[in-house]
Amino acid sequence: MTHTAMNSLFANIPIWPEGASKAAFEMDALYLFIVGLTIFFSAIVFGLVLYFVGKYYAGSKADRSNPSFHNLKLELVWSLIPLALGLFVFVWAAKLYVEVQAPISSENALDIYVVGKQWMWQMQHPTGQRENNELHVPVGRPVKLTMISQDVIHSFFVPAFRVKNDVVPGRYRTLWFEPTKVGKYHLFCAEYCGTKHSEMVGWIYVMEPEDYEMWLKDNQWGMGNEKATMAEAGAALYQQLQCGSCHDPNQRIGPPLAGVYGTTRTLSDGRRVIADRDYLRQAILDPQAVTVSGYENIMPPFRSQLTEVEVNQLIEYIKTLGKGNELPVAETKNEEGVNKG
Amino acid sequence: MSATATHHKESVRVDYLNVAHSIKSWLVTEDHKRIGILYLVTISLMFLVGGIFALLIRLELVTPAGDLVMSDTYNKMFTMHGVIMIFFFLIPSIPAVLGNFCLPLMIGARDVAFPRLNLASWYIFTLGALFGVASLVMGGVDTGWTFYTPYSSSFSHTPVIMAVTGAFIAGFGSIFTGLNFIVTIHKMRAPGLTWFRLPLFVWGHYATSLIMILGTPVVAITLLLVAVERGLRIGIFDPALGGDPVLFQHLFWFYSHPAVYIMILPGMGVVSELIATFSRKRIFGYEFVAFSSLAIAILSFVVWGHHMFVSGQSMYLSMVFSVLTTLVAIPSAVKIFNWAVTMHKGHVKLDSPMLYALAFMGLFTIGGLTGLFLSAMAVDIHLHDTYFVVAHFHYVMVGGAIVAFLGGLHYWWPKMTGRMYPEPWAKLSALVIFIGFNLTFFPQFILGYLGMPRRYHTYPDEWQVLNVLSSAGATILAAGFTLVAVYLIWSLKNGAKAPANPWDATGLEWQTPSPPPPTNFTHRPVVTEEAYNYPIVLAKNGEGEHQEEEKRTHEHA
Repeated sequence: MTHTAMNSLFANIPIWPEGASKAAFEMDALYLFIVGLTIFFSAIVFGLVLYFVGKYYAGSKADRSNPSFHNLKLELVWSLIPLALGLFVFVWAAKLYVEVQAPISSENALDIYVVGKQWMWQMQHPTGQRENNELHVPVGRPVKLTMISQDVIHSFFVPAFRVKNDVVPGRYRTLWFEPTKVGKYHLFCAEYCGTKHSEMVGWIYVMEPEDYEMWLKDNQWGMGNEKATMAEAGAALYQQLQCGSCHDPNQRIGPPLAGVYGTTRTLSDGRRVIADRDYLRQAILDPQAVTVSGYENIMPPFRSQLTEVEVNQLIEYIKTLGKGNELPVAETKNEEGVNKG
Repeated sequence: MSATATHHKESVRVDYLNVAHSIKSWLVTEDHKRIGILYLVTISLMFLVGGIFALLIRLELVTPAGDLVMSDTYNKMFTMHGVIMIFFFLIPSIPAVLGNFCLPLMIGARDVAFPRLNLASWYIFTLGALFGVASLVMGGVDTGWTFYTPYSSSFSHTPVIMAVTGAFIAGFGSIFTGLNFIVTIHKMRAPGLTWFRLPLFVWGHYATSLIMILGTPVVAITLLLVAVERGLRIGIFDPALGGDPVLFQHLFWFYSHPAVYIMILPGMGVVSELIATFSRKRIFGYEFVAFSSLAIAILSFVVWGHHMFVSGQSMYLSMVFSVLTTLVAIPSAVKIFNWAVTMHKGHVKLDSPMLYALAFMGLFTIGGLTGLFLSAMAVDIHLHDTYFVVAHFHYVMVGGAIVAFLGGLHYWWPKMTGRMYPEPWAKLSALVIFIGFNLTFFPQFILGYLGMPRRYHTYPDEWQVLNVLSSAGATILAAGFTLVAVYLIWSLKNGAKAPANPWDATGLEWQTPSPPPPTNFTHRPVVTEEAYNYPIVLAKNGEGEHQEEEKRTHEHA
């Protein structure tokens, strides 16, 4: 009886987190290796202490003749062995860190745009679906998150995937993972962000690819009540904000935007910068700081008018320009089938 | 020597405690021993406040739901716990109390180099602590002790400026203490007390003082910048004002990682004294241990980026910080092994200070080795900002620094107060603290790997059992600390009179009466031997039975 009681007690004490990503397995192996090192060195220290206390307890009959007070060889041994093991761990961990942290190069990756704000996670799929505090992804396909914060620093943490990255205001950060197991996994904010920090949590749903396709279809209207891809939503914003009155190809007041994404720009102060996401975001929110050479510094800042979600949509729209697949701005909303993506 | 003669002699002897009794005599004292006691009183009060917050935090976490206090209150509780414990207890604890009291005695000096500056340090520190308490009275701060921007500078609705001003001011007390110690160690050593005859406690404080004067100004500037951004809306850290939020983390950890060593190096110094005294043997590899303190102090300044592996710093920069962090672990490992081997062929006694020293070795070993998980970049991705980190630094800060502080406090208590504490109670509470500590913090390692983020008011149900274990441990730990406070205070009136050298230890502080006279020594001591020069046994050729106790005699001018 006691035995079963004990068993049920321990059944209630979880000691190992579920692993559901490609990175989890090797991360756990490294973790266990360091656990082994910890046990090994702790055992040596505890063992030495207990042995010496027992043997050389004052009054014991142990031989105490000719004690030694230093031994260079011995001291080098217990400096260099831990050093070698430490460097081994460093190399292993650095290699794995690069694999996990370096931007994913896979063409196949699913792009998700994440905005953290006090105290919720806003996700958007390129095909337009929006989710709050939930993210649906297919199993077996890399997922790349492009993340930014609307206010303070947050941190996107999914223990089951062994991934985490801070979500910082003012700059885009990326994070990727490849789910290997269908299921429902905790999402936490790991960087303290104020009152409801511990309620800035959610779930990641990993689904079979066909279920995911179904989910995309069923949620075409998403949270925005508008059936539009991110680029289409961006196109609508472009119109609504009348960006075209300066930036349309025939206007010549502001720099034309067709094909601008990824090109090198020369700014009026002589700096040369690549027009990546961070640049485009700054050019929209705080254009005075990055005026392009040859243009007047007249664009008003949109910092107080746009949310980070909207900026994401505008950038997705700008990315489509000049690639021959411009969205006919006015009509997109009513077209069928565009959302298939 | 007759008992009455001894008694008579003691009753008329002037010591630093009975030389004057008025409150004013304490508030204007320039005696390093009295200033040490002033610090002890101040930091004990701060520890009590910080400890109450810790208990409230653990009480809230007994259940997964946030049902004891509101989220804002919870956030203020862990912030005030951290701010008070780190800035107003741990950083000053060993240096300002034990260092102040013992360092001049140990080097045979009459006082520190700048006694008035020493008193000023205490006033400045106390003023800083009052600002800290004021921020509490004004409702408490909710930023976390790390004051990360832009939350602290642009979003928090709590008296952040008051709290950072407190830490800013207290920092100057720290700088002055460090300055005082460095000059004192350089200029005021007794004749014959060469650098390599210094007790390792002094080496530890020398290394600590270097960090105090080099690192503290940086955190002072950083906290000032937070106040400037918050008060004047000048953009430094908040991107909405044109600042860089990650810059704050660089500046903050440039001080706050070395600050960890401000807390632990003096503790290592204490443990060296305890191990030597209670093994009756010179510390094995004295030079290695002395230089490892300096190595730690220097390396501590180039590892701050290991707090930022997921903050967005360059991947290659992270690698440099990771490998340097591996290096800083080595001097600590050297110390642990050297302490253990010191007991080899010693005469080990398990008086309560030694129990604390052994507890330190065990807990600091675990604290240090769990640092390896966090310096390993890939594993840190998962563990960063989880309870694993909380457990790790409590093993270092409580299991290391506070356990060493308690060991040192018991060891020098007879010297400081002239009274012995009740040894059985001391042993019992050391055991209670050891058990309570491990029960509190070991489950947090598991919670961390499971993924429980730190600073969470509510948490998923499946983690309740581990949290309940941790909270139960906190209760036991609190009982242990309370026990210590009670019998130490009790001993002030009721403890047996302490002899000059209750532990039969070497070291100049034991060669003057307990408590010491106001001027420390009646004659300036002259040192002719190495530290920890305990008698050793030399084997006679072939004749095991005829052993000879040899001890080089102490000589005094």
